[in-house]
Amino acid sequence: MRPTLKMEKRLVTPRRVMLAVSILSIALALLAIAFVFIEYGVDPLYAYTEIFVGSFGSVYGLSETIVKAIPLILCGVGLTVAFKALVWNIGAEGQLLMGAIAATGIALYVFPDAPPIVVIPSMFATGFLSGALWGVIPAILKAKLRAYEVITTLMMNYIASNLVDYLVYGPWKGLKEWGFPYTDKFSPSASLPVLPPLIPGMSHRIHYPTLILALTLAVVIYVLVMKTKLGYEIRVTGENPDAAKYAGMSYFKTVLLAMLISGGAAGLAGVGEVAGVHYRLRYARGISPGYGFIAIIVAWLGRLNPLAIIPSSLLFGGLLVGGDAIQVSLGLPVAAIGIFNGVILFFVVGAELLTRYKITLEWGRGG
Amino acid sequence: MGERRMSLEASVASLLHDAIRSGTPVLLGTLGEIYAERSGVLNLGVEGMMIMGAVTGFGVTLATGNVWLGILAGAIVGGLSALIHAFLSVTLRANQVVSGLALTMFGLGMSGLIGGVFVGLPLLTPLRPISIPILSDIPVLGPILFEHDLLVYLSIALVPLLWFTLFKTKVGINIRSVGESPATADALGVNVFRVRYLCVFLGGLLAGLGGAYLSVAYRPAWTEGMTAGKGWIVIALTIFAMWSPGRALVGSYLFGGVEALQFRLQPPPPHGLGISPNLLAMLPYALAMIVLLAGTRETIRKRMGAPSALGTPYVRGEK
Repeated sequence: MRPTLKMEKRLVTPRRVMLAVSILSIALALLAIAFVFIEYGVDPLYAYTEIFVGSFGSVYGLSETIVKAIPLILCGVGLTVAFKALVWNIGAEGQLLMGAIAATGIALYVFPDAPPIVVIPSMFATGFLSGALWGVIPAILKAKLRAYEVITTLMMNYIASNLVDYLVYGPWKGLKEWGFPYTDKFSPSASLPVLPPLIPGMSHRIHYPTLILALTLAVVIYVLVMKTKLGYEIRVTGENPDAAKYAGMSYFKTVLLAMLISGGAAGLAGVGEVAGVHYRLRYARGISPGYGFIAIIVAWLGRLNPLAIIPSSLLFGGLLVGGDAIQVSLGLPVAAIGIFNGVILFFVVGAELLTRYKITLEWGRGG
Repeated sequence: MGERRMSLEASVASLLHDAIRSGTPVLLGTLGEIYAERSGVLNLGVEGMMIMGAVTGFGVTLATGNVWLGILAGAIVGGLSALIHAFLSVTLRANQVVSGLALTMFGLGMSGLIGGVFVGLPLLTPLRPISIPILSDIPVLGPILFEHDLLVYLSIALVPLLWFTLFKTKVGINIRSVGESPATADALGVNVFRVRYLCVFLGGLLAGLGGAYLSVAYRPAWTEGMTAGKGWIVIALTIFAMWSPGRALVGSYLFGGVEALQFRLQPPPPHGLGISPNLLAMLPYALAMIVLLAGTRETIRKRMGAPSALGTPYVRGEK
């Protein structure tokens, strides 16, 4: 008698199994990263406590976590649509930046003197369209010319980030910004309002119009993907493209729409960053510390469920805020926090086996 | 008149010389990725493996003063990083796109942590170019081809070697059969898992070598994120190369040429065109997209697609 592992393919994965696997993979990732910290001479318990206290341990920390979660929700929700259609959009970062450029163009050059009721909706509309454009180009190249979208979307990230830098160092450089790669500041009517202080006297940066937009979009996309004909076509195209074609669905149309939504959502995130956080366009790394890439982990951790993107984004928003905190208190290099991204994603994708197979230990004759 | 022609000749020669230099790290990476993909494993972690090779190569050279020890360590660390991807995608059958992305994120973060102390330090013992006697005296061609460092010559030597192994030996047949039809290969007694592990490891070794080249030879210094997307260009070049080492050489030097050109157009006239460095920086990425489209078109025209089992984990007895 000896124990054997029996693997059985699951036909459906219960929700609680998915949740348990997600939590398990984060726990294992934190354990693995603890060893990196020990190797680096940092007490992991101290580091984790600092991260938690910095991000969720105070009202201010929590408000900053929400500020960072806003672009993650928007990009992440968009990515669920593309990934469900099996289109590997790695370009949310560039799509976000294109949204930021568009909003800046509206705020500073198209409607510099118009009232908020005109400027703000125009910024969101053009931001969506610019992000969508940056997503639709790879979609057309994929559907018509079979160009691998991982590469096209990624290359367009680099092009977008260089475009931002070109603008802020060159033609859009602010007249009042002494030597800094910033545009001029947006007028108050192009700046998104923040919620009144949660505690009297303590200011925060939650730009609520974008937050409401992000939460609404999560619900709308959930309904779209789960309950509508387009959502059904997106899911079938992703799961079985041949069956989709056989059923008369247009591959071109589905891929195009999935990337339009995905890119557009990321574009909205870019509008939120320039109009709600910075009130200007800055160099690319200053606008986004990699929201578009972190959103890939957010989407995967949320198992491509648009509603699960919300808690998943809060977690990674907290990690960004807490990461800033330990960089200051422990003197770690800026990129160090990137280890969290890589290791968590390793465990999330590695543990997926547990959602696809039911693994049981059996006592019986081996072989 | 004659003098101007000489100077034009000299500047073209120096451009081509630099094209080979800039193309070398992506050539090494592409050769490795060709082997990984030929065995059926898509590894999008090239950027991460490369930068791990770069930080290790720099650190070990700095600590020991021996650049070859640094290069060796860079290659090994690249290979070890690749094994994470092999474990996830071959053994745990994880999604290869996501696992590769994770490897890239991990490498960028880890190298930043390790390299924090190296920022701004000069490397006193970089890999230096050597002029090959007699050959480097050949007019025009000599300075272009025969005044490089040993890694450049090694990478060029690897092209026919890896081509021969892949297409003319039993080992190569096994690798390709595992990438085309793992079930058939398995039935014929080829160990699918071992072949895939070894090919992914080789891919990592070469990516690490390419990364080390960047930090100990090309620009002997460490800066965070210094691979700047070269690992992704490798993925595009692998498709352009149609998974064949010979075409990888062409694509890599084409890419190297554009990068070398970029630094020549930047200064204001009369030495350059004075184009904004941010606009010029877009060139290699735009070229990567064009190269990808060209490669894809050619692949479709010649009906020579990617390895059929690329990206799909192999499970015995399961379709």
